[in-house]
Amino acid sequence: MMSDNGNGFEPRIVGFCCNWCTYAAADTAGVSRMKQAPNVDIIRVMCSGRVEPAFILKAFKEGADGVIVSGCHPPGDCHYDTGNFKTFRRMPMMEALLDQYGIEKERFHWGWISGAEAPKWAKLVNEFTEQVRSLGPLDWKRQLQSKED
Amino acid sequence: MAENGKLKLGLYWAASCGGCEIAIVELREKILDLDAAADILFWPCAMDFKYKDVEAMPDGHMDVVLFNGAIRNSENEEMAHLLREKSKVLVAFGSCAHEGCIPGLGNMFDRQSIFNRVYLETPSTDNPESIIPQTSYQLPEGEVHVPYMYNTVKTLGQVEDVDYFVPGCPPQAPQIWAVVEAILGGNLPAKGSVVGASPDKTVCDECKYNREEKRVSKFYRPHEIIAEDRCLFDQGIICAGPATRAGCGALCTEVGMPCRGCYGPAPNIVDQGSALLSAVASVVDADTEEEAARIVGEVVDPIGTFYRFGLPASMLHRRKLEEVE
Repeated sequence: MMSDNGNGFEPRIVGFCCNWCTYAAADTAGVSRMKQAPNVDIIRVMCSGRVEPAFILKAFKEGADGVIVSGCHPPGDCHYDTGNFKTFRRMPMMEALLDQYGIEKERFHWGWISGAEAPKWAKLVNEFTEQVRSLGPLDWKRQLQSKED
Repeated sequence: MAENGKLKLGLYWAASCGGCEIAIVELREKILDLDAAADILFWPCAMDFKYKDVEAMPDGHMDVVLFNGAIRNSENEEMAHLLREKSKVLVAFGSCAHEGCIPGLGNMFDRQSIFNRVYLETPSTDNPESIIPQTSYQLPEGEVHVPYMYNTVKTLGQVEDVDYFVPGCPPQAPQIWAVVEAILGGNLPAKGSVVGASPDKTVCDECKYNREEKRVSKFYRPHEIIAEDRCLFDQGIICAGPATRAGCGALCTEVGMPCRGCYGPAPNIVDQGSALLSAVASVVDADTEEEAARIVGEVVDPIGTFYRFGLPASMLHRRKLEEVE
């Protein structure tokens, strides 16, 4: 568990990874000892199409500074044939929704990483962590507790 | 109950339009039955009462208070606390008290930007001295105070302990009567329940249409298309039916208008807007990323469309404040 120690902000990032591709890539990146920022908490889901928009909103509400959704490359790589089609139909609308909520687009990433692309995962983790770090904390709980007088 | 055996009833409006009061009058001749069954102790919209009359009551004096309206300012919140103290059963009555409703869309802005728009920027405004409401003002007779407007619209349940929720903008008269009968008969469900609506169905279950097509290649707003006599969602008109609790009798789709979601999230849905977003995305007829992005890009104003009646009660409550106080 990391926390803001006062001078150095450590982003907290939630990564929804599909069981069949991106989670395998993340696993391979780990056992291959690729150097990665320790800021991404991975939640394994069976398919990126299983990631309901409410999961992403809840992550932000509960304190995430950034969210990643990653699955198998379309078309064809999906273990369930078209689960990732659901992902690419939902996520552009999710981007528009987060923009209206005032959450910077740099805090949300969605895309595809196959089981054979461990270096791509490690690179995404490092770059995305730095991107979110430069934005600073989102701290949505503080938004909800704002004083009214 | 009073000594005459009648129910002691209070009604109050906070940040609301008055439609919930009209909904009660919509009981029509049954309003006489309501009068026979209940003594109205407080109803500022319809009868002359002062806040001090309520303050003078012993705690828990009123059997039931039907509270409509959202919490927009300090007066609304003060009355919410006072009426909780003076009532045995506090009911969040109507969409505003239940989940924020249309006033809740103010959560896309903050106090300052709303004041700027309303008092300074609108084309019809003539305010050369740039006067913006103040919460206190010194008059020769003494200092006067007016309520303080909040940055964030809240639901009744977010500021007070609520016993029951009656959804709808406004609640439909037969549902209101069913709630009154349940109160009189002592047949109320567990505390915290939504009453006066279906416990387990969505508006689609009550709608006269059946969904057939599952593929939509273009979305329309209601004024952009003349709807055919079949499922509106199938025609690309965004209809909140799949994510909305039944209970209204699908009145809007009955006359060819899409459901806008006023009865709140369907049972077991946590966040109505994101559930509706999912439902919309699931029918997009696109097999490539580019095509999908183009089609869903046509959806204008996702928050206003998906959270029209429930932004304050949603997962994130509001748009991010630029500066948190």
